[in-house]
Amino acid sequence: MAPFINSSIGKKVIMSLTGIFLLVFLVVHLGINMLLFVSEDVFNAASHFMAKNPVMFVLQHVLALGFIIHIIYSLITSYLNMKARPIGYAVIDRSKSSSWESRNMLITGSLVFSFLVLHLINYFFKMKFGDVEIESDFVLVTDLFGVWYYTAIYIVSFILLYLHLNHAFQSAFQTLGLNNSKWLKRWKVIGTIYALIICLGFISIAACFFARSIV
Amino acid sequence: MISTLNLTLKIWRQAAPKAKGKFESYHISGISTDCSFLEMLDILNEKLINEGKEPVAFDHDCREGICGMCSLYINGRPHGPDDDITTCQLHMRKFKDGATITIEPWRAGPFPVIKDLIVDRKAFDKIIQSGGFISANTGGTQDANAILIAHDDCEESMDAAACIGCGACVAACKNSSAMLFVSAKVSHLAKLPQGKVEATKRAKAMVAMMDELGFGGCTNTAACEAECPKSISISHIARLNREYLCANLMD
Amino acid sequence: MTILNSKIPEGPISEKWSNFKAHCNLVNPANKRKIDIIVIGTGLAGASAAASLGELGFNVKIFCYQDSPRRAHSIAAQGGINAAKNYQNDGDSVFRLFYDTVKGGDYRAREANVYRLAEVSNNIIDQCVAQGVPFARDYGGLLDNRSFGGAQVSRTFYARGQTGQQLLLGAYSSLSRQIASKTVAMYERRDVLDIVVIDGKARGIIARNLVTGELERHFGHAVVIATGGYVNAFYLSTNAMGSNGSVNWQAYKRGAFFANPCFTQIHPTCIPVHGDYQSKLTLMSESLRNDGRIWVPKNKEDVEKIRAKKLSPSDIKEEDRDYYLERRYPAFGNLVPRDVASRAAKERCDAGFGVGTGLAVFLDFADAIKRLGKAAVEEKYGNLFQMYEKINDENPYETPMMIYPAAHYTMGGIWVDYNLMTTVPGLFALGECNFSDHGANRLGASALMQGLADGYFVIPYTISDYLADQIRVPRISTEAKEFIETEKQIKEKINKLFSIKGKRSVDSFHKELGKIMWEYCGMGRNEAGLKKALELIPALRKEFWSDVKIPGENNEYNNELEKATRVADFLEIGELMVRDALNRNESCGGHFREEMQTEDGEAKRDDVNFAYVAAWQYNGENAEPTLHKEQLKFEAIEMKQRNYK
Repeated sequence: MAPFINSSIGKKVIMSLTGIFLLVFLVVHLGINMLLFVSEDVFNAASHFMAKNPVMFVLQHVLALGFIIHIIYSLITSYLNMKARPIGYAVIDRSKSSSWESRNMLITGSLVFSFLVLHLINYFFKMKFGDVEIESDFVLVTDLFGVWYYTAIYIVSFILLYLHLNHAFQSAFQTLGLNNSKWLKRWKVIGTIYALIICLGFISIAACFFARSIV
Repeated sequence: MISTLNLTLKIWRQAAPKAKGKFESYHISGISTDCSFLEMLDILNEKLINEGKEPVAFDHDCREGICGMCSLYINGRPHGPDDDITTCQLHMRKFKDGATITIEPWRAGPFPVIKDLIVDRKAFDKIIQSGGFISANTGGTQDANAILIAHDDCEESMDAAACIGCGACVAACKNSSAMLFVSAKVSHLAKLPQGKVEATKRAKAMVAMMDELGFGGCTNTAACEAECPKSISISHIARLNREYLCANLMD
Repeated sequence: MTILNSKIPEGPISEKWSNFKAHCNLVNPANKRKIDIIVIGTGLAGASAAASLGELGFNVKIFCYQDSPRRAHSIAAQGGINAAKNYQNDGDSVFRLFYDTVKGGDYRAREANVYRLAEVSNNIIDQCVAQGVPFARDYGGLLDNRSFGGAQVSRTFYARGQTGQQLLLGAYSSLSRQIASKTVAMYERRDVLDIVVIDGKARGIIARNLVTGELERHFGHAVVIATGGYVNAFYLSTNAMGSNGSVNWQAYKRGAFFANPCFTQIHPTCIPVHGDYQSKLTLMSESLRNDGRIWVPKNKEDVEKIRAKKLSPSDIKEEDRDYYLERRYPAFGNLVPRDVASRAAKERCDAGFGVGTGLAVFLDFADAIKRLGKAAVEEKYGNLFQMYEKINDENPYETPMMIYPAAHYTMGGIWVDYNLMTTVPGLFALGECNFSDHGANRLGASALMQGLADGYFVIPYTISDYLADQIRVPRISTEAKEFIETEKQIKEKINKLFSIKGKRSVDSFHKELGKIMWEYCGMGRNEAGLKKALELIPALRKEFWSDVKIPGENNEYNNELEKATRVADFLEIGELMVRDALNRNESCGGHFREEMQTEDGEAKRDDVNFAYVAAWQYNGENAEPTLHKEQLKFEAIEMKQRNYK
């Protein structure tokens, strides 16, 4: 397996598989967040289950590993790809040949990662390791969305995530070879729909609770 | 309706592989819009020779878009501003009077500059040598019609086989990846029954050689497809990925 | 009395090649490893020969001037490759292909060679398919065919409009496989500047590394030249910019006879010349004549209006169009051989009916699009239509193409015997660079056939026959005096070129030569013109050697020096072409002597006086070459006046 993992395609397959794993995670995460709209109790129950259940405890580590591998390999491949062109061009016009998101995955990925760190500090650690038992995860969330700059950062991050996912989705299937001339377009459309649902979903929550806080 | 152009050319000049290069500017006037891009460079060279200067070195041969020898990164795009053509098929009607045109060589670690705009593309030959063939010695083959090949398979194989090995895919790619070139050959042969026999071995060998030579990896930006003079689709890259994955899963 | 021995094997024509193969000498596998073979050129003939010889176990070194063997100009062949498979059940056979080729060549080819070519044509298709050449297939998965000029059967195999490319890439892949297994060593970006002859036998070459300028000496027990034709003597041609006749010419100067140098093919369907700056002419495949109809307006008023762009071609009514090929040659129509089609176009344009600049005719697809639909036409010719549109900025689906004849191919070349060996023992010539198979005119889709036949299926046998008694010859050191002496001569020539420091660029001389050749030795030739050219060319050569300007140095990549060595040779080749054209006082195939034509303007052959191969022997600088004649005997076919009516 070593030659496979070390090959350029092998590295991308790892990026792709961890990426697809993260795509699935986002769906689950969005699903639970949507419970915010149902009721405080339901959300708190779900949140408590996610944070304290032993199975979830294992899955959280798998998820963390998924993130870490995805990030490490993105750095390795980006480094190797940059090294492949020691002398650059003076004039570059890639606007007609490729999309902005496809060329800037490292940038959108890094920014989304920065948000992730903030997000973990604000919610995850508090919910999981908070010294004082939080009385309600629901309150924690709704309180934070009451802070305008937090909500603004949140929304911008999800726009960046949209850009990241819009390329990532179809790219993952292309890398796995699950593509052909007909599916090229289909994966792109499905990917855009997926990215829109995920990002609009998260943004709608933030916007909604922010709106409630100022009313 | 013949009109003429006055142009400023910014051209990369580099005396030898190890020499330090730089851009030089040249003014050229009275270029007919019916003139091809390389003919415009011929006119420039004729002028430079007459002025006692060294002409610009650039690769070219067939001048009809099939040999793959011409290159040139023109105003930020391989083979210039027109689509589905090589530089030798590019015509000056695609430029405006008074324009500045920047001309650079292909840039990629595995394509070192030899002189001015000429790069060494031996890396492509090495990739083909590593497995881009069907092992059929001369003689001893069966009748050509004994192998049935579905029309659509044959057409798809031909789509991939149309690759001219010019290297525009590498030049266009932000990662200097040669995946479109490699996948075109893998796909051309994998789509044919006679090429299937060695398909797994071929995919592994060619990818290994591509990596060894220092080409970057594919991040699916599809710039290669857009700039390929023969419009080779990145669906062939998907096939290469598939072939490569399966080949390794079988180990 | 001739000193030429064509070594045609005994027996009836259909058994000659079998007889040869059954009785030729072979080299055993252990000895093959001790034998070095040099191949020059990586086109269809060179690449296929090197790959096949490598597979057999010989040590092969192969050279090309391009950056990769895949660039050789065979790649530009578009339409297809002929073979006598008779897959279409339309009456084809080896004999018919042989007959069509000899007839198409206007009975100036060597019968035995052509028969062998037709015989091995089927093996080529099998070989190419095994290598993965994606020839067009029909929906049942069987191979498809199209028709080409000069034949009444569909025997042409094709891969869209890129057949040459696919065949070359097939040969290139086989060659690459041998390079990987180290039986073949590849030397790219090398100009072979001379052949080294030791004790009367070809034993090596001197090559110039085009990147460093270094001269390299290479030994071979035999040397195979597969360097294509010399049609760039016309400057404007369908050949690649780098295509040259220099290796052929050095071979000639080292004792190989040059046969029928005046036999050049002018291809009828090329994009017309449009300006002084033009560097090359682009071919539009002959296959287009399958579905395209060639015409000019019947009335001069319409011609004037079209030229002035006051009328578009589609405005001309059917009855006001002159489909002159269909009119003159009802049996073959638009599919007459190339020489006939070219002359007919010239005749119409000379008579004042040319469109565009006056030197162009229409090739119209309106009928085909109506009959087959645009999609079908696009699948067949899409890439050609796109190529046309990019160059001319006109859409050929909507308005007819404009075409005019252009220099395309040389049937003449190095004289070879049946074994493809030149008059220098150990020196072989394959493909376009020899003279043997196409007579005075080559049929479409036969060049690919010949290149691959020579490389895959002929040379492995015939070179073994020669090498069988060379196995005891040890590798000769490249320090031998002949190597040193030959290299010294090249150095002197290069130094001389640099020392001139004149005022004119190499290209300016090449263009001037091209104009002389096209004017006096092109589609129509006559005694007065040829004699004039015989004065103009030596004068131009003299000017070249006193006024050419080559910038830069020798020890670097220097394209001007490269071009200069080639143009220096073209200036001599051109003269021999003219000399041969003057000598051949008959019209045959692509060689049209205006004095020799029938009342209706057809070529008039003179079989009594000219049924021979004119093989020229070099006698030194400024000395007239000696003409040797190889009388052509036709045993299987009766010589007739060609008739495509």
